[in-house]
Amino acid sequence: MQGKIKPNLPQKQVVLPFKKSVEIAVKSINSRFFRTLITTMSLILAISFYAYIKVNLDIISSIAASNDKAAIQRLSLQGIEVPEEGGVLGLSPQERWLLFLSLLVCVVGIVNTQLMAVADRFREIGTMKCLGALDRFVLRLFLIEAVLQGLIGSALGGAAGAVIACLGALVKYGSSVIGLMSVNQILTSVLSAVVLGCLLSILGVLYPALLAAKMQPVEAMRGRD
Amino acid sequence: MGKTIVQVLKGIDLEIRAGEYVSIMGPSGSGKTTLFNMIGGLDKPSSGSVFIDEIDISQLDAYELAWLRCRKIGYIFQTFNIIQVMTALENVTLPMVFAGVSDDEARERGMDLLDLVGLKKRFLHKPFELSGGQQQRVAIARALANDPAIILADEPTGNLDLSTGEEIIKLLKLLSQEKGVTIISATHDLKMLNVSDRVIWISDGKIEKIEKREELSISLGQIGEK
Repeated sequence: MQGKIKPNLPQKQVVLPFKKSVEIAVKSINSRFFRTLITTMSLILAISFYAYIKVNLDIISSIAASNDKAAIQRLSLQGIEVPEEGGVLGLSPQERWLLFLSLLVCVVGIVNTQLMAVADRFREIGTMKCLGALDRFVLRLFLIEAVLQGLIGSALGGAAGAVIACLGALVKYGSSVIGLMSVNQILTSVLSAVVLGCLLSILGVLYPALLAAKMQPVEAMRGRD
Repeated sequence: MGKTIVQVLKGIDLEIRAGEYVSIMGPSGSGKTTLFNMIGGLDKPSSGSVFIDEIDISQLDAYELAWLRCRKIGYIFQTFNIIQVMTALENVTLPMVFAGVSDDEARERGMDLLDLVGLKKRFLHKPFELSGGQQQRVAIARALANDPAIILADEPTGNLDLSTGEEIIKLLKLLSQEKGVTIISATHDLKMLNVSDRVIWISDGKIEKIEKREELSISLGQIGEK
């Protein structure tokens, strides 16, 4: 073939430092606050539900493992069967199913809003590519946004779920339950909720972000508004 | 339904010298935008090649193309395409960030460029606080960010009123003279002809004629009569 001259460009470097990526992602989240709120809302709800169930289980287990006869009796009154010595309390199949569904709905919701967000930002992405952005810069920007949304959303959701579970326990099992609760266990549960929330957020943005990253810069040229 | 292959460009043979101001003219569907995208490395020819400074850009990989877009080519769009979430200055410095320029230097150069297009005082403004003409000025400053050899302007005056369009054209001409940047613009705007060194008329995927500026005044008369 004709014209196969080996390109010999000096320092073919295009970069986007991590700090800058975060800066751009934060800017983008700030200026699309309402959309971010909607995306984050489904995450907050799902994660608060997850945290509520987890923390509730933590509290019940603590009570069951204690020697507080009165509290254990109240457990039975709530219809919770206290396992024999050494037995472990777990989630009921219904609870598992509900939890799974809520998380699934959450991810689908995130995919949906993120796809819309990507469609909205086609011009912006195309322009960035015309200015020299690589596919992975775009991917990274979307992932950082998702992680930030995930962190904020699941921290809020996790805290809300834990607080509701603790208040509920106070009402249902009396104030003696405060002494029985294990703060460490509850914090671990909330932490697991935050990690799960971030993972869900990333999972939800993956496909839309890949779509955005693969977009051709020529899209920016097409005068769509 | 199957895909139909449409041959858009048919045997275009074109050489553009460094520092030249070239306008590509032609009706919609003539292949103007396709030719334009090929020159800018936004589209790859199915056969044939495009050379910029001896480099065949159809042979470049994604990484090298990104580098080319970042350093060698500045793009100006009909729809301005200023990034909405960023201020004027951040828009201008974004290509510098990609090029690995330090923050301080980028800021300084960005302010100089905004000064050049007459928007120094508005560096903190977001796009929605700027008029169309001002946005296009920001876009021109952004296109110049990394001292490109070529500026590709796709209908730069298409969304602007007459006098603002004229100002933008003047600014582009000034830049090509002062900085020696090659300016290639696809346009319908006859005002562009007055400042172009050469006008390339495309029709049906072929070059119909290439006119130098000296010959232009006559053709302009002819267009008026049509």
